[in-house]
Amino acid sequence: MTVAYQPMLAKRIIPCLDVKDGRTVKGVNFVDLRDAGDPVELAWNYSRQGADELVFLDITATHERRKTMVELVKSVARQINIPFTIGGGINEIADADALLNAGADKISINSAAVRNPALIDELAKAFGVQFVVIAVDTRLNDGINTVHLNGGRIPTEKETLSWILEAESRGAGEILLTSMDHDGTKGGFDNLLLKKVNDAVNIPVIASGGAGSVQHFVDVFEQTNVDAALAASVFHYGEILIPDLKAILRDRNIEIR
Amino acid sequence: MIGIIRYGAGNIFSLTAALERLGIAYGMVNTEADLEQYDRYIIPGVGHAGAAMNKLQHTGLVPAIKALKKPTLGICVGMQLLTSYSEEGNSNLLDIFPIKTLKFAASTDHKVPHTGWNRVYPEKENPLFKNIPAGSHFYFVHSYFIEYNNVHTLAATDYSIKFSASIWQDNFYGVQFHPEKSGLVGETLLTNFSKL
Repeated sequence: MTVAYQPMLAKRIIPCLDVKDGRTVKGVNFVDLRDAGDPVELAWNYSRQGADELVFLDITATHERRKTMVELVKSVARQINIPFTIGGGINEIADADALLNAGADKISINSAAVRNPALIDELAKAFGVQFVVIAVDTRLNDGINTVHLNGGRIPTEKETLSWILEAESRGAGEILLTSMDHDGTKGGFDNLLLKKVNDAVNIPVIASGGAGSVQHFVDVFEQTNVDAALAASVFHYGEILIPDLKAILRDRNIEIR
Repeated sequence: MIGIIRYGAGNIFSLTAALERLGIAYGMVNTEADLEQYDRYIIPGVGHAGAAMNKLQHTGLVPAIKALKKPTLGICVGMQLLTSYSEEGNSNLLDIFPIKTLKFAASTDHKVPHTGWNRVYPEKENPLFKNIPAGSHFYFVHSYFIEYNNVHTLAATDYSIKFSASIWQDNFYGVQFHPEKSGLVGETLLTNFSKL
């Protein structure tokens, strides 16, 4: 068989689901869901629509959290045939090990890595770099892109790009970069910062924060060449349907699955 | 029924979940005596190829695996184990395929790990890719790749260079991507393997 090559890794579209005590917490607006709070049903729906990957952000605060996370991951892995990442409250190797064995493809670490950067080395050594996503929440502080914790509430001393480069050198396999200045604005991704970061690293970058329209996804892929774009509310409320988004990206000659 | 070779390299929950969704029967191979219960085998694997090879050697299954005559599918690092050598840890591997596993050169244009959905083009007629259109996207996540080879490459993918997305020799098959995470085309491939 001889087929003309069209080589190119597809840009990924990633819905992000916030989960608390095993249930999704942000509103959803799918007409065909029986139970909008069931993360597995929501995940299945997104996979059917053509999502390339899913991120589950667990915001459970109880001491039972690890158990509920593992149960969620198992339910997702049983029923969903696309890769998924789980983040939120992963502090140690044992957390990561339990999630890996439950079927998670990747884990996303944020505060725990900032507080203890050696955790990145340990996780990469134990499970491989492909398993370790470093999530970075960034916000401008006196004109400097600064890493923040707790959803952007607590500033750190770390400048964003230098922290990302450190994370890469320690064994991060991917960067999930959320601009807190753009998050929730629906005004578009932080393309200047994303381009700066994407041009500086040799690992994949997921853009997050600010998606409000299809054009914002076109812009982030055309202007920054990031590997993936993540959004939550525009997908959950049905403001952007993944098949429509992908059709438009394809029309713009952006490689899409 | 598929026998999954258990040697402790990576989680197999997603693989067994996919087989269950597809109604494909499977069991576990822990010892050489277990092999005869099955009519085909999967060698799974993620993580470090050299470490995976050490674990496989500790099972004592290596001579029996090399002598298998029934359809055998290596997935990801399980596929790399079928080759002669990996640059990952300078490791000698099973040497069923006389080709090598090499490291991608990282750049800002071709990030490593090669992560995401890339196109797979079969180069030979083989029932493993039955009903899967050429150029279908499969999910990859790996930093090392098996070199392209005219004889052994069953399907190729391009990522800075053309490499083996799938290899085939006699009863041995390998896929670098994760069929259990590759949506409907991945499920088709697993079903095809169950019928080889």
